[in-house]
Amino acid sequence: MEQQYIDLYKAHHATIKEHSAAVINESRDEAFALFEELGFPTTRLENYKYTDLRPAFEQDYGLNIRRLDFPVDPYQVFKCDVPGIDSFLYFVVNDGFYPEENERNKELPEGVIICSLKEASEKHPELVKKYYGRLSNTKKDGLVAFNGAFAQDGFFMYVPKNVELPRPVQLINIMRSDVDFMANSHNLIIIEENAKAQLLVCDHTQDDVHFFANRVTEVFVGEYATYDHYKLENTHNRMTNLATLLVEQQASSNIISNVITLHNGLTRNTIEVALNGKHCETEVCGMVIGDKNQTVDNFTSVLHNMPECHSDELFKYVLDDSSKGAFTGRLYVAKDAQKTLAYQTNRNILLNRTARMRTKPQLEIYADDVKCSHGATIGQLDDNALFYMRSRGIPFNEARLLLMNAFMADVIDYIRIDALRDRIKMLVEKRLRGELSKCEGCVICQ
Amino acid sequence: MLVIKNLHASINGKEILKGINLTVNPGEIHAIMGPNGSGKSTLSSVITGNPFFEVTQGSIEFNGKDLLELAPEERANEGVFLSFQYPVEIPGVSMVNFMRAAINEKRKYLNEPAISASDFLRLMREKKELVEMDSKLTNRAVNEGFSGGEKKKNEIFQMAMLEPKLAILDETDSGLDIDALRIVANGVNKLKTPDNATIVITHYQRLLDYITPDFVHVLYDGNIVKSGTKELALELEARGYDWIKQEVEA
Ligand SMILES: Nc1ncnc2c1ncn2[C@@H]1O[C@H](COP(=O)(O)OP(=O)(O)OP(=O)(O)O)[C@@H](O)[C@H]1O
Ligand SMILES: [Mg+2]
Repeated sequence: MEQQYIDLYKAHHATIKEHSAAVINESRDEAFALFEELGFPTTRLENYKYTDLRPAFEQDYGLNIRRLDFPVDPYQVFKCDVPGIDSFLYFVVNDGFYPEENERNKELPEGVIICSLKEASEKHPELVKKYYGRLSNTKKDGLVAFNGAFAQDGFFMYVPKNVELPRPVQLINIMRSDVDFMANSHNLIIIEENAKAQLLVCDHTQDDVHFFANRVTEVFVGEYATYDHYKLENTHNRMTNLATLLVEQQASSNIISNVITLHNGLTRNTIEVALNGKHCETEVCGMVIGDKNQTVDNFTSVLHNMPECHSDELFKYVLDDSSKGAFTGRLYVAKDAQKTLAYQTNRNILLNRTARMRTKPQLEIYADDVKCSHGATIGQLDDNALFYMRSRGIPFNEARLLLMNAFMADVIDYIRIDALRDRIKMLVEKRLRGELSKCEGCVICQ
Repeated sequence: MLVIKNLHASINGKEILKGINLTVNPGEIHAIMGPNGSGKSTLSSVITGNPFFEVTQGSIEFNGKDLLELAPEERANEGVFLSFQYPVEIPGVSMVNFMRAAINEKRKYLNEPAISASDFLRLMREKKELVEMDSKLTNRAVNEGFSGGEKKKNEIFQMAMLEPKLAILDETDSGLDIDALRIVANGVNKLKTPDNATIVITHYQRLLDYITPDFVHVLYDGNIVKSGTKELALELEARGYDWIKQEVEA
C-alpha cells in the first residue's frame, strides 16, 4: 500500500514541487527517501502498537497535487461571525489557505504574519528557512516522513518579539471533496520571545466521503513567550485524522496544548513537547468522547531536557459502544534536568462492555532530584453516585450526564479562553446527550 | 401512606429482609432500632429502590402506588426521601447544580414549570438557614471533602429543599456533635406537618429526645420482632438487645 504513493512521488515529484515553495521542497526528497525506508507505521512499532492505522492507508484517496482550487467559499459555508469567540479567523480547505477577507483580521498587530506556508516561504524565505523542518526532519516516523514528501502548503503564523495578540486566532480546517480524499499539510508557528498568542484549530468535514488528513505542526516558543494550542475535532466517522504536533519551548515559556475529540472516525495525535530551557511551564491535556466504532489514539511525549521545569498532563476519555481509545504518556527527564516537576494523569470511563481503552505511562527519568507522578484509571461511572442522584429524583440518564460532565470538567477548565471554555462545556454536554452526532459546520461558531 | 407487607429482600443471593410488615400513616414518626447488621439500612435501600438489592417477595405500597414498580427517581418524585447513612461524594457536581436538577426533575414529574433562578436562590437561602448550613458547603461539589457531620447536615438540607412526604433518616444522628444534633432535629421538627411522615433509624435515645416517635420498632435478623411506643426505646437504651434476642429465640 506504500507502493502507490512511492510510484506517485517518483512520477510526479516535479509537479508536487512546482506547486509548493523552495524552502519546503528543500527537504522533500530526503523525507521521501525516509518514507520509502519506513513505510506507514504498523502495530509492530512500539509507538503505534495500540492502534492499527493500516485500514485507513488502504483506502484509495484522491490527492490534489496540482492544487486546483476547490469550488467552495468557506466564508459563505460557515457564516462565521463567531459570536462569543471573538477571533482572528482563517480557513484551510483540505490544504489550501483561504486569504483573509475578514475586516477584523486587519487589526492584527504590526509585524504579525498569518498566511499560507507557501506564501510565507516566498515572501519571508529567511524566516521560514530558519524554522521549517527543524523539529520534523529529525523524526524517524513514517507519518512525518510521508508528510515531508507530500505536504505542499499549510498554515503559517509568526508573532514577533514582545507582541501580544489581542484575540485568539482561529483556524478552521475543512475537508471538502466529492471523492475519497487525502490532504497533507505542514503548519509552522513561531512565537518569539515574550510574545503571546492563542490558536484554536477546528477540524471539520464537509462531504460524506472518506477523508484522510495527515498534518504536521511545528511550534517554536521563545523565551518568556506564552502559547495556547487548542485543537477541536468534530468531523464524521469516515475521517482519518492524523496530527503530529511538535513544540519546542525556550526558557520561562508557558504553553498549553489541549486536544479535544468530540467526534471523528480514526484519530491519532502525536504530541511532543521539548522543554529546552529552564523554568518552562507546560500543560498537555486532552479529552475524548467516543462511541460507535470510533478510535482515538493520543501519543504524548514531554521531554524535560532542562532543569526546573514544570509539566502537567491530563487526558480523559469517555468511551461508549465499540469505540476504542489509547493513551501513551511518555515522560522523559534528562540527567541534568534536576528539580523537574512532572505530573501525569489519564482517567477513562467505559460506558459499555464492548468499549476498549489502553493506557500506558512511559517514564524515563535520568535525574535524581525530581518530583514526578503518574496515574491511570479505567472504570465505570460510580454506581453509588448514580443511585444517590436518582434517589433525589434525577433520572438515570440525567444523572449519568451530570457525572460525565463532571468527569470532563477539569480538562475543560484548562482552557484559557473564557468564551471557548463555555462553548466547549456546552458542546461536550450536547455531545454526551447524543445531540451532536455529526459535524454541523463550525460548531464553535454556530 | 406506606404499607409494607411480608417484604423479603436479598443481596447476592443472601436473604437480608425476611418478611417485614410495617404501616406508616401521615403525620406519624416511626423509630426503627436494632443491632448492627440487622437490616435497617437494607430496608431503607429497598424502599428507595437501590438496584443492588433484590426483592424476592412481598409488596410496598406508597399512597396507593406500587412502589416496587417505580424507578428510584420516580419514588423520589412521589415524595420518598432517604437521608443516607453514608452519603455519597460526587466530585465535580456542584451542590447548586445538583439541587437545581433535583428540584426541576420533581417539578417536571408533577407537570410544573422549572423553577426561576431567583426563586431557586431564595429557596436555597431559606433552607440553608433552616438547617444552619454554611454557604461554603453549598458552594462546593456534593459532599466532596465534607466532614462526617457536614454530610449528615447536608442530607437534612436536601430534605428541606425537596420537602418529601416520607423521610427516612438512616442514622442521621451518628457523627453529629451535640449542637449539630439539636439543629438537625429542630430542622426535622420544623419540616414536620400532619401530612408527612418520618422513619428514624437510630441506635440512640439521644435523637429521640428531640424527635419524639409515635412508634418504636425493633428490627432483628431481617424481621420486626417488637413494636411499641417511645418507652420501648428507653427500655432498649437501658437493657440492650439481649432480652429481645432471648425472646425471639425462645
Ligand atoms: N453488598 C452486600 N453484600 C453482602 N452482604 C451485605 C451487603 N450489604 C449489606 N449486607 C449485609 O446485610 C446485612 C444487613 O445490613 P444493613 O446495612 O442493612 O444493616 P443495618 O441494620 O443497617 O446495620 P447498622 O446498624 O450497622 O447500620 C448485614 O449482615 C450486611 O453485612
Ligand atoms: Mg445501617
